[in-house]
Amino acid sequence: MSKAMTGAKMVVQALVDQGVDVVFGYPGGAVLPIYDEIFQQNHIQHVLVRHEQAAVHAAEGYARSTGKPGVALVTSGPGATNAVTGLTDALMDSIPIIVLTGQVPTFMIGSDAFQEADTVGITRPCTKHNWLVKETDDLARVLHEAFHVATSGRPGPVLIDIPKDVQFATGKYTEKKARKSYYQPQVKGDITSITELAAAMEKAKRPIFYTGGGVINSGPAASQLLRELVAATNFPVTSTLMGLGAYPASGDNWLGMLGMHGLYEANMAMHGCDLMINIGARFDDRITGTLDKFSPNSKKAHIDIDVSSINKVVHVDIPIVGDVAHVLEDLLKVWKSRGRKTNVEGLSKWWDQINEWRKVDCLKFKQEGKIIKPQYALQRLEALTKGHDRYITTEVGQHQMWAAQYLGFEDPNRWMTSGGLGTMGYGFPASVGVQMAHRDALVINVAGEASWLMNMQEMGTTMQYGLPVKQFILNNERLGMVRQWQQLLHGERYSSSWSESLPDFVKLAEAFGAKGIRCDDPANLDDAIMEMINYDGPVVFDCLVEKHENCFPMIPSGKPHNEMLLGDASTEGAIQGAGQALV
Amino acid sequence: MSPLKIKKGSTSHSAYNLHSGYGDVTERHTLAILVENEPGVLARVIGLFAGRGYNIESLTVAETDHEGHRSRITIVTSGTPQVITQIKAQLGRIVPVHEVHDLTVDGPSVERELALFKVAGKGDARIEAVRLADIFRANVVDSTLESFIFEVTGTSEKIDAFAELMRPLGLVEVVRTGIAALSRGN
Ligand SMILES: Cc1cc2nc3c(=O)[nH]c(=O)nc-3n(C[C@H](O)[C@H](O)[C@H](O)COP(=O)(O)OP(=O)(O)OC[C@H]3O[C@@H](n4cnc5c(N)ncnc54)[C@H](O)[C@@H]3O)c2cc1C
Ligand SMILES: Cc1ncc(C[n+]2csc(CCOP(=O)(O)OP(=O)(O)O)c2C)c(N)n1
Repeated sequence: MSKAMTGAKMVVQALVDQGVDVVFGYPGGAVLPIYDEIFQQNHIQHVLVRHEQAAVHAAEGYARSTGKPGVALVTSGPGATNAVTGLTDALMDSIPIIVLTGQVPTFMIGSDAFQEADTVGITRPCTKHNWLVKETDDLARVLHEAFHVATSGRPGPVLIDIPKDVQFATGKYTEKKARKSYYQPQVKGDITSITELAAAMEKAKRPIFYTGGGVINSGPAASQLLRELVAATNFPVTSTLMGLGAYPASGDNWLGMLGMHGLYEANMAMHGCDLMINIGARFDDRITGTLDKFSPNSKKAHIDIDVSSINKVVHVDIPIVGDVAHVLEDLLKVWKSRGRKTNVEGLSKWWDQINEWRKVDCLKFKQEGKIIKPQYALQRLEALTKGHDRYITTEVGQHQMWAAQYLGFEDPNRWMTSGGLGTMGYGFPASVGVQMAHRDALVINVAGEASWLMNMQEMGTTMQYGLPVKQFILNNERLGMVRQWQQLLHGERYSSSWSESLPDFVKLAEAFGAKGIRCDDPANLDDAIMEMINYDGPVVFDCLVEKHENCFPMIPSGKPHNEMLLGDASTEGAIQGAGQALV
Repeated sequence: MSPLKIKKGSTSHSAYNLHSGYGDVTERHTLAILVENEPGVLARVIGLFAGRGYNIESLTVAETDHEGHRSRITIVTSGTPQVITQIKAQLGRIVPVHEVHDLTVDGPSVERELALFKVAGKGDARIEAVRLADIFRANVVDSTLESFIFEVTGTSEKIDAFAELMRPLGLVEVVRTGIAALSRGN
């Protein structure tokens, strides 16, 4: 069945048919017909952001916190180019979003028309796929296909570029199910490899689950199955930054995050294991450190839906291509049917060893005196928000790592952070997207003052839509992460890593009509945090913290896991030789 | 899609250094990539090679199935076995790529290239050029009193060899189509 309608109407119709309730966007000449259609309906709410980059990050926050794709709508030329950072961010972190861009009319394409940019050309390397639609009759099909591509297989951002004449013209609207897409990634894992893994699990003396963002991507069932698998086998489990919450932080087998700023016990266990089971993680360089010394004595299994993730950087022994939930379900079945065996004796020694490592207590810090330590601020935030229906977003820097270390996540989809691209300015708009999806939840953006300033214009959005997001700024008046590297790597020459001329954040909040809270005394911190939580509306919390605190543990670039730096260690000459060239 | 073979290795080589690469012997592979014939698909394939730093030694592309909207891209590339595996996997995840075949490992295949050579000269050189062209079964597709255009079809090596021979005889210009390849049998 197909109905005739204009291209602009098709856009709205397709979004409704795909179950979209919110679109984040910013209008301009090339998308006015679509905005006109949005104006004349009540199914979809449009959220007017203050910068197109923010529209895309908001869509990412919406997507990551709901498991549904996020949608952004921007105009041609500068609207589209402003979206590029968000698209790249979503590509790196496998976040399903659909970005609609306006384009100059088809008959003007290629003429350097006003606000013309080669949007599909510019965004080809930073989208999973993109389309320029030149016929209104193709538009509905492409819109539905875009949702399918964004959400199937390894999720990612897609973009549809729609010339203005295509929006005005009338064509046939095709329904969602009209055509089966040729894009059908494999979700079931190969049963022989799964059996091989089950057999390896039975023998392993020092196994570890190394889980990642793919568990979150796979959906809540995957997290459930992971928990079941961990409980049944009693294997230890660690996770990347992107996978936090898949296994609960309060769980007995939880070792904490691994990697460059991961926990001592997690990294030591990765280094010493004899069976590494990678579930939906991609052996990122923040995890592996120097590759030739990465977990040298382990057999490695890797479950990933994307063939290109397997053997990309680390050679694995048991590759399993498939969706986490599907593979874990089969793995559990196979392992159970073989008699639920593990190497109990080996495991018990392994846990003894892990418990020794745990005693190092690598996250310990001392809160003394009148200056708030950032770790303390997060520890208190954790304690005071624990019982709430809580979602955390972050910006990028030291505060992001401390948030990953000191906040505990019990469930998936509760933690939104820019991992792969490390985009400063991600957290605030992401918090807007999360709050739009969860109107009654407590949404907190843990920020550094420098990152926060990159998209602070979104204060306007929070006020306009009454979004009570809490901006928890750990203000060290430094580009802290950069300063830390300069201290360790560049002879303490702090080139441009000072946050100069900072605004008065309390007044800034008030200028937008929001609430500002400043706290610089550990004795007042709890009260101030409670005031933030209890305030019904957006809050900017300026938490003045120790200016030169370093983020530890840290595996210096070019070093293996077992050479990590702990807080009290000497850091002189920690990064030398080839390590200096790494980022 | 043909399942991409993922090579298993021994645990002692489980981690390798990015710079030297494990198995650092460079291999030359011919890949046949069947794609949906939609705008931008070639740019996607080439952009992948450029963006990730892979080599393209030869590239040919044309629509092969008009009804089915399919085109076939033949790429000759080189890299370590690990890089070749990555190239195939990366190609496979491009949405409009339907199939990736590695003709170098999938069994025997036939590779051919067509080239046109413009050779200018007089006297003995001219006679020698025609004599050699005959040995190479080259066709004369154009001639003037002072030049020929030869058409040669064959393996890349044959074309290289012909080019070597023509150089001293007044070779002016060469154009090569790049490699077209098909696996043998069915
Ligand atoms: C300042 C800074 C410091 C950082 N330090 C650390 C650190 O110390 N530790 C750390 O862990 N990270 C750190 N990161 C993040 C790091 O850069 C990477 O983003 C992160 O480690 C990647 O996580 P991941 O391996 O889980 O992969 P993701 O990027 O989440 O990728 C997911 C993987 O799962 C696969 N997948 C997707 N969907 C499915 C599915 N349904 N089924 C199966 N597989 C699927 C994908 O193909 C992909 O391979 C840091 C980032 C920043 C900005
Ligand atoms: C858009 C962007 N530009 C530059 C960087 C490099 N960078 C990483 S962390 C950082 C400093 C962040 O400072 P702040 O937000 O104050 O956080 P802190 O590290 O002090 O907690 C910078 C500049 C980046 N990640 N993103």
